[in-house]
Amino acid sequence: MDVQAWTYLLVGITFALYIGIAIWSRAGSTSDFYVAGGGVHPLANGMATAADWMSAASFISMAGIISFAGYDGAVYLMGWTGGYVLLALLLAPYLRKFGKFTVPDFIGDRYYSNTARTVAVICALFVSFTYVAGQMRGVGVVFSRFLEVDINTGVYIGMFIVFVYAVLGGMKGITYTQVAQYVILIFAFMLPAIFISIQLTNNPIPQLGFGDTVAGSNTYLLDKLNGLHTELGFNEYTDGNKSLIDVLFITFALMVGTAGLPHVIVRFFTVPRVKDARISAGYALVFIAILYTTAPAVAAFARTNLIETVSNKSYNQLPDWFANWETTGLLQFDDKNEDGVVQYVADPEVNELTIDRDIMVLANPEIANLPDWVVALVAAGGLAAALSTAAGLLLVISTSVSHDLVKKQFMPDLSDKSELWIARGAAVFAVLIAGYFGINPPGFVAAVVALAFGLAAASFFPAIILGIFYKRMNKEGAIAGMLVGLGITLFYMMRYKLGWIGGETTPEDWWFGISPEGFGTVGMILNFIVAMLVSRFTAAPPKEVQEIVDSIRYPRA
Amino acid sequence: MKNDSMKKYWQKNLSYLAILLTIWFLVSFGCGILLADQLNQFKIGGFPLGFWFAQQGAIYVFVVLIFVYVWLMNRLDKKFDVDEKPE
Repeated sequence: MDVQAWTYLLVGITFALYIGIAIWSRAGSTSDFYVAGGGVHPLANGMATAADWMSAASFISMAGIISFAGYDGAVYLMGWTGGYVLLALLLAPYLRKFGKFTVPDFIGDRYYSNTARTVAVICALFVSFTYVAGQMRGVGVVFSRFLEVDINTGVYIGMFIVFVYAVLGGMKGITYTQVAQYVILIFAFMLPAIFISIQLTNNPIPQLGFGDTVAGSNTYLLDKLNGLHTELGFNEYTDGNKSLIDVLFITFALMVGTAGLPHVIVRFFTVPRVKDARISAGYALVFIAILYTTAPAVAAFARTNLIETVSNKSYNQLPDWFANWETTGLLQFDDKNEDGVVQYVADPEVNELTIDRDIMVLANPEIANLPDWVVALVAAGGLAAALSTAAGLLLVISTSVSHDLVKKQFMPDLSDKSELWIARGAAVFAVLIAGYFGINPPGFVAAVVALAFGLAAASFFPAIILGIFYKRMNKEGAIAGMLVGLGITLFYMMRYKLGWIGGETTPEDWWFGISPEGFGTVGMILNFIVAMLVSRFTAAPPKEVQEIVDSIRYPRA
Repeated sequence: MKNDSMKKYWQKNLSYLAILLTIWFLVSFGCGILLADQLNQFKIGGFPLGFWFAQQGAIYVFVVLIFVYVWLMNRLDKKFDVDEKPE
């Protein structure tokens, strides 16, 4: 069987599995649809959270980004894992005790205000739509690369699959498909990594091979890679390029943003008890850490392999995979000095090779000469990663509409059954919009992912933390804080990332040298300050609300 | 439940949080970023130490921190009799 046949087979089997699970776990009530009836085992929730969290970007792009960024890649590694410590210690157990369906539920009840609820719904919708567009695109891209179908056809197939299990099963269906998707994606990520680690360092554990000596020599892999980098004029791999303040602010913004993302938080509403929410966050981080500690190893291996295979080699003698990936446009060779040899160096005037970062994961099995079925497995894994995240986001969108807007604000008398149908309708609508963005991606998709984290950090995180840990926080403070945090972060992104306000800018214009990716941290700090100040000069929250705060602090009481 | 014991439970919880989050900050922002250059003078295996913290070590510590917190809180819940009864 060739790669194509293997890919059709593996992708077909996994899709059949997802649909089978969806039929088995149909939602019968709104509680099933929103939070899987609150009866998910903490271990299953841990896996589902990991799959929910790890998107097409984590699976396909992250190792490649690190590969090119070297040390600086740590902002993503620490940022996207450190947030789980905040989630487990500061948010998950209390929100579970609060025991409703959504993040806007908490904000609306805790701040006894429909204005606060509406602000929260807008943030949740904005963050989720931003994110889901990228996932649908990811599904299309994987299809087009591995099965040679049109990207748009890929998006349609992805829409259909998500449609079946998100609309039918709601959170219940999503949870159990995510468990299956986690298993597939982690297997697909680890297998090539282990093979390559053995090839390069004789060490079967990538996390250790990464710090081991190159097979058949006494040189450490990282020393060799640093040597290659220096030779070609790049900074040493283990040193960074970004400024210290920027690394600090980006890492912090990603951590806090992770803890504030509604599709992640809502997963902790699905377990039966407070103690389950705590341990579930621990399991989730273990499952995530398996991929996140392997990715930097894959990055270093792939970087070494790539430089050794192509640098200063004659173009005619390059291996087959080079030509294969050249046709996809992910590799581009431009023989500037016409000597027929690939010059891959830091100096852009002389450099002849342009490499798309996604190739580091997608082409890895071919570069390492692994069997065809491993290549197919990587395709199935990439699809699992993209679909699981898309489904989680679609659920947040449909819940925000049916529960937080329709039920809570317009039709409080709605029966459970009608609400369930509205939730399904909203899910259908959300799939269609997500598909539209997948087919017509706005030019700023990459930029808006940074925005999603920045906004979550600057809006939800302070409002939830203060709601739990500061009893005196009132609605005036929380709303003012969220608006200021949101407003300033949006402004900074539009000014310095998207260029919508005041024209082109350069990094020299950034405030204190903080990039737009890191600005969520500033937004968050301002949110905290404004909220504290305003609450000090306005009335304390009513007694019932203070009692809510008391009750969420104790698992049983 | 008495107010006094509730207050004590909460204080204890806050002190656990303070300690664990200090460690969280030290391994990531401390060892992985602020002190990375100094730590890079040392090596474990082929890893410069600061680089190792930034791309590996901090993540391992994060995992341990959550499980320590779970253990501490389960113990504390029992001690103050606020733990949930099995379903």
